[in-house]
Amino acid sequence: MKVRMALTVNGESRDVLAPVHKTLLEVLREDLGLTGTKHGCELGECGTCTVLVDGEPVLSCLALPIAIEGRQITTVEGMAEGGKLHPLQQAFAELGAAQCGYCTPGILLTAQALLDETPTPTRDEIKEALAGNLCRCTGYTKILDAVELASMRMGARK
Amino acid sequence: MNKHEFTVIGRPLPKIDAWAKVVGETRYADDLVMARMAHGKLLRSTHPHALIKLIDTSRARALPGVYAVITGADLPRVKFGILPVSQDEEALCNERVRMVGDAVAAVAAQDEETAEAACRLIEVEYEPLPALMSIEESLGHPEVRIHEYGDGPNVHKNVALQFGDVEAAFARADLVREDVFFYEGNTHLPMEQHAAVAQWGADGKLTLWSSTQTPHYVHRLLAKILDVPPAHIRVIATPVGGGFGGKLDPFAHEIAACKLSQLTGRPVKITLTREEVFYVHRGRHPVLMWLKTGFTRDGEITGSHIKTWLDGGAYGSYGVASTFYTGVINPVTYKMPVYKFEGARVFTNKPPCGPKRGHGTPQPRFALEVQIDKAAEQLGLDPAEMRRRIVCEPFTKTANHLTVTTIGLGECIDKVVEASGWRDKWRGWQPPARRRGPKRRGVGVACSAYMTGAGTAIYWNSMPHSGVVLRADRSGGVSVLCGATDIGQGSDSILAYLPAEVLGLDPKDVHVHPADTTLTPVDLGSYSSRVTLMCGMAAIQAAERLRAVMSRAVARKLEVAAERLVFRDRKVGVPDDWEKAVPFSQAVELAEAMHGVLAFPGSYAPPKRAGKYKGGGVGPSPCYSYSACVVELTVDEETGEVELHDVWIGHDIGRALNPLLVEGQVEGSVYMGIGEALMEAQVFRKGLHKHPSLLEYKSPTTLETPEIHTILIETDDPEGPFGAKEAGQGPLLPVLPAIANAVYNAVGVRVDEVPIVPEKILKGLELKRQGKTPRVGPERIPLFKFKEPLVVESAFGQPADAIAVRPFADQDTSR
Repeated sequence: MKVRMALTVNGESRDVLAPVHKTLLEVLREDLGLTGTKHGCELGECGTCTVLVDGEPVLSCLALPIAIEGRQITTVEGMAEGGKLHPLQQAFAELGAAQCGYCTPGILLTAQALLDETPTPTRDEIKEALAGNLCRCTGYTKILDAVELASMRMGARK
Repeated sequence: MNKHEFTVIGRPLPKIDAWAKVVGETRYADDLVMARMAHGKLLRSTHPHALIKLIDTSRARALPGVYAVITGADLPRVKFGILPVSQDEEALCNERVRMVGDAVAAVAAQDEETAEAACRLIEVEYEPLPALMSIEESLGHPEVRIHEYGDGPNVHKNVALQFGDVEAAFARADLVREDVFFYEGNTHLPMEQHAAVAQWGADGKLTLWSSTQTPHYVHRLLAKILDVPPAHIRVIATPVGGGFGGKLDPFAHEIAACKLSQLTGRPVKITLTREEVFYVHRGRHPVLMWLKTGFTRDGEITGSHIKTWLDGGAYGSYGVASTFYTGVINPVTYKMPVYKFEGARVFTNKPPCGPKRGHGTPQPRFALEVQIDKAAEQLGLDPAEMRRRIVCEPFTKTANHLTVTTIGLGECIDKVVEASGWRDKWRGWQPPARRRGPKRRGVGVACSAYMTGAGTAIYWNSMPHSGVVLRADRSGGVSVLCGATDIGQGSDSILAYLPAEVLGLDPKDVHVHPADTTLTPVDLGSYSSRVTLMCGMAAIQAAERLRAVMSRAVARKLEVAAERLVFRDRKVGVPDDWEKAVPFSQAVELAEAMHGVLAFPGSYAPPKRAGKYKGGGVGPSPCYSYSACVVELTVDEETGEVELHDVWIGHDIGRALNPLLVEGQVEGSVYMGIGEALMEAQVFRKGLHKHPSLLEYKSPTTLETPEIHTILIETDDPEGPFGAKEAGQGPLLPVLPAIANAVYNAVGVRVDEVPIVPEKILKGLELKRQGKTPRVGPERIPLFKFKEPLVVESAFGQPADAIAVRPFADQDTSR
């Protein structure tokens, strides 16, 4: 059964007509064309499909859009503002934190939620926050470095 | 050229595709959407070994929304495989399935859900056959044949090579050790599941977009499998979301998508589920190893003899090469004057094993480095110093006729010993001191070597292994077309950096078009750590050819000798008269007016160095990278848990073309080695994978990954582009034995198999308490007759074959 849902994605209101059991991941990728959100398992195990809902990391493969109508959904496409990259995106690109890049959107958004909550996290706090996001390329080293660099730059900007 | 003269090389630049990746712009295979696109699904076998008696697709065909259903009967009756000697696969099995997960039918439908529902409506009648699930079972039941070909019942490959008299070498040793080791299989686990989109046009031409590491081989094999002229097939590798060797074979879903597209007249996409990816596999072979090595009192190796048994799974895949690789690379690291290798790959009813990062070499490396540690203890030697003393001589040949060029291993050992504080932390061979509490700290060391690209292609030919077409246009930009496939390692970026360096451009001025069999010259694929070296050399050659023509044109305009011109800062001019330098874009116009269209090829093939004996084609490489690793960890004696603190890794990279990317490759390799050492295991129960999910198949998260300290050593190898060697695989190899050796250092328990899970450490501690030998590992080797060895004289210590002599190299340009 298809239902009509009013979603707010990256600040835009989007009406979607989709089967009620379709996951947020599927709706984002297939109905809204936001393919920046990736899938690694579709069972809530790898963190690859992470998006933000009202600023909190959510596994979009386990979320039903009907349950989050009216809340603010942010995907990787919504991180840059007015063509200006988020400091995390800038730092990930500069430090080589994205190798194959497939886990990158989910990690960027998880890190954004962390920095919004804890602007100057310790390395251990970053590790803790990202422990639910698997990356098979980087050994996490450059990812942790990039989150630290972004945190430093964001602090300096304030 | 001196390092500080470079403008692009050696700088920590972002990858050229980094920006697209951080904003979600990169289009991976499953992100492709086309008008009228259908979604495909495969029906896979639920039996590990069975005859197919009947497949009834009528109910599936009748389901609304289903466009087509196919079985093996709809495809040409031809078997295929990535290696010409192992043509044993069918995209959709006809008479027999040999593993759970073998595809038997495929569906195209209006959406994924309908395709799945249709698969459930397909009825398959199986007649189960005995399933052989281990090397012992397969060798013990010759009456059950998984395949009819090979080197004996259920033996896919049986090899034996001997270089010199090993028995004499053991007789002259002060210490001879025999040990048995086991290395459990594990899988690549790329974050991206395999996906492919096929579009068979009304013109009869086929395009396949696929997350593959080797579009060229897929192109060749599709022509054979589908019985279509290769000229009518185009394969485009999309950016690959992690490969590690898992996307190197042609796969059933790619072939089914093509056929379904032909039948439906629609583009068809098939994306695998995570569970399917576990069954598709082609990952690390489980290998049982027997290793006998002779040592002198000072720790020098007098000779070494290794026997390996590989659990190959149900198909050949790259297995023949994997078998050789369990033998041929060990002699590259240390002076090993005499060497014997016997190896056998056995078919079992499990997903086929193949190439995973390090391809066949991490297993024997684990065995050798742990055995050296044991020998060092018996000889009372510091295991780091011992290794330092026995490092191979540069520019010589190994016992098995491999030419080695530069070797930075000594310096790698020195640097990790220094950085880790080894001399303070390693407390000699006395048993660990009694301390309060259950936590015991330990350090371990190990080394390794790995090839920078295979010296031979997987099919015999004399053509380039990598090709580039480089085109300059009047905008002042340069386009590079090359078949290389970026799997995250940064090959697209290398193809921008090197021409930019040669032509004095910014990498941003270089546009890279990769991995498209219609538009780009062949590159064999992203495997064997070959891409940076091979496409790099081709790109340099093409850029130098363009530079030569541009130099002639600018020289005429400025009335100077062409040899005096330099290319830098997007200009061409004479250094001491730089005001007159011509902008690059104007130089292009001058050259185009003189020469016509500016498009230049670059070609690379490795030096021909195959040993002159059967089997000598596996192992040669233009040059070898070297790594040394120290690990510091804590073992909890109550729980058996290992906590890693720090990993120091020294890596001889030849030259770091971009240190940021090299470090990333080293860190990723170390990480993957840690997973294999401590937790990852691809294991089966009653034909089924025990844990085909990302939750149950354990892999390291941020919390299990320690701080990795990377130290790069530059040796400027004459074979590599600007001196570069590989970084993507070699640094994985020393990590596992270094961890095993550190565990021994911490608690006095030898775990001679990986993964080193807590149960094994606890078992060793229990043995210790009982006063027994605290060793956990395989006790037996199979009853098996290897071939009579091919006996060849050892080439140990002979001077290297001619260096930097390559096919297709310009005779007139010397860099």
